[in-house]
Amino acid sequence: MSQAAAEPRPVAVPAPIPLREIAPWALFAGIVLLALLYLVGMDQGATSVFSGQMLHEFVHDGRHLLGFPCH
Amino acid sequence: MVRTLLVRGMLAGLLAGLLAALFANLVGEPALDGGIAYEDALAAAAGEAGGEELVSRGVQSTLGLAVGFVIYGVAVGGILALVHAAAQGRIGALSARATVVVVAAVGFVSAVLVPFLKYPANPPASSLDDTIGLRTGLFVILVAVSVGLAAGAAALARRLSVTLGWWNAVLAAAGGYVVLVALVAYLLPPIAETPDDFPATVLYDFRIASLGGHLVLWTTLALVFAALVDRAARPAAVR
Ligand SMILES: [Zn+2]
Repeated sequence: MSQAAAEPRPVAVPAPIPLREIAPWALFAGIVLLALLYLVGMDQGATSVFSGQMLHEFVHDGRHLLGFPCH
Repeated sequence: MVRTLLVRGMLAGLLAGLLAALFANLVGEPALDGGIAYEDALAAAAGEAGGEELVSRGVQSTLGLAVGFVIYGVAVGGILALVHAAAQGRIGALSARATVVVVAAVGFVSAVLVPFLKYPANPPASSLDDTIGLRTGLFVILVAVSVGLAAGAAALARRLSVTLGWWNAVLAAAGGYVVLVALVAYLLPPIAETPDDFPATVLYDFRIASLGGHLVLWTTLALVFAALVDRAARPAAVR
């Protein structure tokens, strides 16, 4: 028993980011990111922003395997 | 700070999407092809000629699959980063890394696992074409309600932690989430469209592969983003 008892190491808790600072990012980036999810998961299915079937057909397998409703 | 987190979250999501696409190609595509084989057999029995393909199966199962998973990964990575930005320093004495893991775990359970239990992934030709609107609507409703309830539960846990301590506060809030989301899932109408003669092994393998792909994606995303966040948050002197 030559070693001293290990001292508990303090956890580095990060400082909270003011919500005012997050809000504009959450709004604009949030909308763009949700739009991406919509395009890859749903467009040219139940609803269509782009006409045709090209997008649907191209990401088709991803749509099924990611669990989005398809055919 | 938020910008840095967002960029790192999307980068982690890109990597996660690629790795999950590889898994989906190796494990998911055989089952997906099983669904298409069933579809082709039905069409042949009805005397229909195979329709013209806009995108070949070869492209769909490789490049298209990868692009789909990467877009999903980047989008989810960005959203995870935004939620992490709001959560860090606010949910108990957690390090930045641990916060990422908690946020990602809550995200996976509420946005993927719980909706999957009610409306699981389906291989091609196991759903009715005319009900795509209904199926999409119900799926989106359940995901939105589940994520909303999880966010509410997180806020509740934070509030209760002052009096109950974090352990009991999280137990109480998680219990509330489970009860409410189960009630909502129970009340939403079931979707039972799988044809009677659809191969059971195809359905089973497909659903397991789908869940596995999500596990690969969300785990990679959480661990890579955690490593990137740790490097950003740690002051040079402590290193
Ligand atoms: Zn389909």
